[in-house]
Amino acid sequence: MSNAADTSVLRARGLRKDYGRGEGLVRAVDGVDLDVGPGETVAVMGPSGCGKSTLLHLLGGLDRPSGGEVVLNGRRIDDIGEKALARMRRTAVGFVFQAFHLMEELTALENVELSALLAGRSPRAARRRAEELLDQVGLAGRARFLPSALSGGQRQRVAVARALSNEPLVVLADEPTGNLDSAATLDVLHLFESLHESGQTLVIVTHDTRIAATADRLISMRDGAFVDETRLTGGTTGRLGALAGLED
Amino acid sequence: MQQEVVLAMLAKEPSHGYQLRARLRDALGPLGDAMNAGQVYVTLARLERAGLLAVSEEGADRSDRKVYALTPKGQQRVAEWIAEVAWPRPDLAEFHLKLIAAAAAGLADPLTIVDTQRRELLRRLRDAQRAAMAEPDRSDAALLLEGIVLRLQADLRWLEACEKNWTPRRSGS
Repeated sequence: MSNAADTSVLRARGLRKDYGRGEGLVRAVDGVDLDVGPGETVAVMGPSGCGKSTLLHLLGGLDRPSGGEVVLNGRRIDDIGEKALARMRRTAVGFVFQAFHLMEELTALENVELSALLAGRSPRAARRRAEELLDQVGLAGRARFLPSALSGGQRQRVAVARALSNEPLVVLADEPTGNLDSAATLDVLHLFESLHESGQTLVIVTHDTRIAATADRLISMRDGAFVDETRLTGGTTGRLGALAGLED
Repeated sequence: MQQEVVLAMLAKEPSHGYQLRARLRDALGPLGDAMNAGQVYVTLARLERAGLLAVSEEGADRSDRKVYALTPKGQQRVAEWIAEVAWPRPDLAEFHLKLIAAAAAGLADPLTIVDTQRRELLRRLRDAQRAAMAEPDRSDAALLLEGIVLRLQADLRWLEACEKNWTPRRSGS
């Protein structure tokens, strides 16, 4: 076993998720092995229906696998009880979804603070943390706005702030730019880059090549399995000129 | 560097070579880093010989003392170039035929070729995107980098279509 596996924040072995049975059996996730190191950003790309969202749900304990293991920070989470699993989801994992999933009747600040309150922080500490995070994502001036008064990009930034509120071991993002126009996408790209620079461990499943290109490592998924892996770091500096027609 | 570009960058006012290079650097940002100073001066000399630029000397002791100005013929060439419609065409046919030839002769799995190509384009996308994000807001160079990002995205979408097209053929063969 490699050292990478020993120090992994998130690890999956032989991960499987089946739906249906007999003739109708579908292997949505079919034997996935994954190691995500501390501070690493990993993107999983693939066509819709390839199983990438299901995979993310298994990794974050939103769903249980049919087989295999998920290990978060050295601790198996695929076979723990409901209560422990719910607690793990509240405190150790941050989720970001395509459709934001904000509470529409709560302000931006309340949305962020709620997640810290649910994890057992005092109201005062939760408030302070939420204010810090909204400032960090550039929304200090919009803290008292309802989600409906915010643009798509701003709503997604609130969702990222919420995901960070309990200093999660890993942030899991499912198509975080899927509902955003190009300017808002750029906003979220900046935010993910700064998370990456601050050392946050990130797993992103997406079919948006722009957000995928922010990753250290890119995995292609087809029919429930990983088929290709690319390390994106260590680039092609100096070749951009050719793309702009500056060199022959 | 294309001769017409150098000419057009001098159209605003007669300039020293270093002023021209500074203008190019501002417009190109990190992409201008690869620009070779010697190349610019070679182009300037060619344009002078072709009668498109007139050179006057200030001080006359160093090459950078030279001031370059458009001749009437140079101005006409710039006007024609500005009016010209030209757009670089990526060579998609070559890649397309590579996939077809590879599959037909069993030289390689087209999906492997698609994956390799995608890997390279994603690295470039990452580089272009990082360079764009490092630029200050509304810089001219950021706009150019955005153009590169959008073209790479278009190429990556086409690769997705290639992948879809070749996937069933592989399992059927």
